[in-house]
Amino acid sequence: MTDISSFSLSGLRQALDGKQVSAVELAEAALNRAGQHASLNAFLHIDPELTLTQARAADERIARGDVHALTGIPIAHKDVFVTRQWRTTAGSLMLKDYVSPFDATVVTHLANAGAVNIGKLNCDEFAMGSGNENSAFGVCRNPWDPQAVPGGSSGGSAVAVAAGIVPISTGTDTGGSVRQPAALCGVSGIKPTYGTVSRFGMVAFGSSLDQAGPLARHAKDLVTVLDTISGFDPMDSTSLQDCLGTPNVAGRVQQAFDKASAGYREGGVRPLQGLRIGVPREYFGAGLNSEVAAAVEAALVELEKLGAVRVAISLPNTELAIPAYYVIAPAEASSNLSRYDGVRYGHRATAYRNIDEMISRSRAEGFGAEVQRRILIGSYVLSQGYYDAYYLQAQRIRRLIVDDFHQALSTQCDIIVGPVTPDVAKNIGDNNEDPTADWLADIYTLGVSLAGLPAMSVPCGFGRNGTRPVGLHIIGNYFDEGRLLAVADCFQQHTDWHTRTPDIQS
Amino acid sequence: MHPATQLISEKQAFMALTENDVNRIARLSRLELDPAEQAQALTDLNSILGLIEKLQAVDTQGVEPLAHPLSAIQDIALRLREDAVTEIPSETTRSRLMANAPAQEEGLFLVPKVIE
Amino acid sequence: MKWEIVIGLETHTQLSTQSKIFSGSSTAFGAAPNTQANCVDLALPGSLPVMNRGAVDRAIRFGLAVGGTVSPRSIFARKNYFYPDLPKNYQITQFEIPVVVGGKIRFFVGDEEKTVNLTRAHLEEDAGKSLHDTFKGPQGEPATGIDLNRTGTPLLEIVTEPEMRSAAEAVEYAKTLHGLVVWLGICDGNMQEGSFRCDANVSVRPVGQKEFGTRTEIKNVNSFRFLERAILFEARRQIDVLEDGGTIIQETRLYDDVKDETRSMRTKEDAHDYRYFPDPDLPPLIISNEWIEQVRADMPELPVLRRERYETELGLPAYDAAQLTVTRGVSDFFEATMTRLPAEQAKLASNWIMGELAASLNREEREIADSPVTPEDLARLVQRVADGTLSNKAGREVFSAMWAGEHDRDVDAIIEARGLKQVSDAGAIGTLIDEVLAAHPAIVEEYRAGKQKAFNSLVGQVMKAGKGKVNPAQVNQMLKEKLG
Repeated sequence: MTDISSFSLSGLRQALDGKQVSAVELAEAALNRAGQHASLNAFLHIDPELTLTQARAADERIARGDVHALTGIPIAHKDVFVTRQWRTTAGSLMLKDYVSPFDATVVTHLANAGAVNIGKLNCDEFAMGSGNENSAFGVCRNPWDPQAVPGGSSGGSAVAVAAGIVPISTGTDTGGSVRQPAALCGVSGIKPTYGTVSRFGMVAFGSSLDQAGPLARHAKDLVTVLDTISGFDPMDSTSLQDCLGTPNVAGRVQQAFDKASAGYREGGVRPLQGLRIGVPREYFGAGLNSEVAAAVEAALVELEKLGAVRVAISLPNTELAIPAYYVIAPAEASSNLSRYDGVRYGHRATAYRNIDEMISRSRAEGFGAEVQRRILIGSYVLSQGYYDAYYLQAQRIRRLIVDDFHQALSTQCDIIVGPVTPDVAKNIGDNNEDPTADWLADIYTLGVSLAGLPAMSVPCGFGRNGTRPVGLHIIGNYFDEGRLLAVADCFQQHTDWHTRTPDIQS
Repeated sequence: MHPATQLISEKQAFMALTENDVNRIARLSRLELDPAEQAQALTDLNSILGLIEKLQAVDTQGVEPLAHPLSAIQDIALRLREDAVTEIPSETTRSRLMANAPAQEEGLFLVPKVIE
Repeated sequence: MKWEIVIGLETHTQLSTQSKIFSGSSTAFGAAPNTQANCVDLALPGSLPVMNRGAVDRAIRFGLAVGGTVSPRSIFARKNYFYPDLPKNYQITQFEIPVVVGGKIRFFVGDEEKTVNLTRAHLEEDAGKSLHDTFKGPQGEPATGIDLNRTGTPLLEIVTEPEMRSAAEAVEYAKTLHGLVVWLGICDGNMQEGSFRCDANVSVRPVGQKEFGTRTEIKNVNSFRFLERAILFEARRQIDVLEDGGTIIQETRLYDDVKDETRSMRTKEDAHDYRYFPDPDLPPLIISNEWIEQVRADMPELPVLRRERYETELGLPAYDAAQLTVTRGVSDFFEATMTRLPAEQAKLASNWIMGELAASLNREEREIADSPVTPEDLARLVQRVADGTLSNKAGREVFSAMWAGEHDRDVDAIIEARGLKQVSDAGAIGTLIDEVLAAHPAIVEEYRAGKQKAFNSLVGQVMKAGKGKVNPAQVNQMLKEKLG
């Protein structure tokens, strides 16, 4: 049985093309590992027959030489991407039996490339949460330590990769939901520039913030997947046709990555010569766990060894990202989730006296506590008398945050680096009375989401005696995914954090 | 004739929510909360407001709200599609699209009777 | 206490695009339920709106036609409220910045010309339909059926300032607006199918008071007759309430055309907190000057321009010109008629079109396009009246005969067959006059004594003697001459 857990995409591609292994075998191995690690609860829906049908089709393509980089490669989708052939629950009782009549564009791109879907991945309900504890279908466990949360909302996506079930997965990032679980699970993940990947078929949470993003062990593999799912989509009005002059099409990210990497290769022992890394002082204040700080510092030192230069910068409105985000995202969500009323699909209550009760009960029964809280606060900040003071004010602060990043990235540095989270993964169940306690931990990731900038997380160390991974946050300027990934890839050529694999306890 | 915004005084902004507020918002959101849930919602929402109140203290005079993030760096305009029918009406497609309906009859979605 | 009625109208016009405003589903009327509702219209998870250029074209066209300002940048907003025929439970509309601002509509009420200013016109999506037949839900409870075919049909909502002061005025405004949107080709105007729906905002105040009274909204009136009745009832109701010392509750009401009354809709307490915010799924709509000019170039000649032309080139009075340009059908008919007549006969042609023709069409509930009398036919009839062959009375008889299709609508054949030719021969008229003067010496005396009425009486006698077939103008002239 082929052990794919240490394979990179290029390794898998070679094995497939060289007929050392078939897509069916890879798929079966993935399904077996998923079963082996069922206690992690990474998957919400697995259907071996659907998977093997895709795998057989991939093998046929490989046999006739019609091969894309991802043909035959096992993947898995976060359960907020609608799929015609697997259920889509968005982690919620509201959609527990829902089967979409159409596929998300992201799903279509990967299916067209011949990737083989192992199943739908667990996540926080409607992508709201940072520990995958808000899923209606049970918590998801961190493979490094089953007592720990894997992060969220794309918990299942990070776990599936960290546990070596699939080499790549898809997630969505609204306020950090790809980067944070990637960091807590010791894998790589990227959130691209807003508008470069289609949102059509992504269950909407915060429309002006949501972006799909891949997770993988290797930053280099993220390039392939991101390139495959990127591109203008006429079905999404926020999808960009061009990126400051360059068309938003497949190939853009790959070419930018290739160019940057080539440049770095030419740098010899100091590949990152000339790269200016902005280090915001606001990211290293009180509240940052010392182990995380140490791991990030070590990574910065490594990057300096590779030739990069540190530049001290300031992003003064960093803290304001928290209240701004927690006004804008719930506001948009409160409206996006209004469609879940039990009329045309989804959960419908059985006890009601009239239509109002039917709707109010269906929603109360179908939505979990965190989702209900966000809907309520979202409705409040949009309501008469409060719209200007909260919603519009938050959007003004959003502009201030964009200006902060613009100032740094256009005049002072090429990329910005810092921690992804203030602490390593907390324990499952370790919950605070105060519903906002978890929100404060989003401080480093939120600003990027509000600005629509690309950013990624790569593993850079551990805390708690090697049991809880730490992630390095790398933020780039608009459309600079290629360079970000090249820097990450370079870092991964000189470090081995990303190759560490957990010893999974059942 | 309907003003989009209303100025609220600084003082009002710092007032905590009341039970009435929670009832109103729950009704607006079509979420039925039992008394225990209402009480919890009141506590939770006040806690959240305590966090987002920080926005009030910031002077944003002269700053335009940013609704579409990328509009800060490039012209973002609504893309328009040509006026053309792209779906052929059919009962087969309808069945597929209505397959998740909790209650349907003769091609209609059924809901408890609506009184106008 | 004297009361003044204050009325503002909001009209929802369905734009005549092939596909919906945010999806590629068809907008055709009458399809089987839910066969024209795709994943976007059904608001399935993950669906997103994509804007239809044709809807914007039509909005621009409207804005130019009413002399409004087409906004170079307008915003789509979400209007949040729950209703089963509104699948997203929000409506995509325009709130703070609509696509058209301002504009005017001019029309006549009786012989008084009015101008109503438009506040704005904005684009939005229509909702679906609820059918309250005898359906039963899963637990046997009475149920409503929801058909989402109409969901997403593009609407242009046209809002007036509260400047109308009578039900009649509101109806004339509505008719003129209706004629305009059909003329422009942006809406088919089919009120039975719901293409043109008026909501009336009605309030009353004592004459002389500056502040407006509390208004109520009467929703979804779909005929001009019911619009008038509904407004009249509501104004009366409000006056009665106020005169009894009560207060008016701001609310939405429905008009019951069977009982001829308005009644309150189930009150939705929070119905007014729509929590508008710009739709994050839709960037701002940008309309360039080039686009506006292109629409302007493609526009049909506007009613207001034709009206001016009729006044200046054909010398028609303002009232006539306005009446002839309410609908394109009538205006085209008039122009077709005038291609066969000299300009001096424009007023006569106008009289016949707005008189006999209009009355006949109304009586049979026909559109002018279905008129059995063609512009050619009418032109010949007008000529025969103008040249004295027919008196007005005889003309009406000929018209009826043409309408009925007699003699293949050949005017001269009809005149011949019915012996309707007016006597214009000076000799014959002179003889008749002489006979009348001889027969009524007393009236002649009265005339000579200065009584002008006697003259008219003599004219009448001559007309009677001639069995109505005598040219009255000539009688007048010759009688004057003979009497000296």
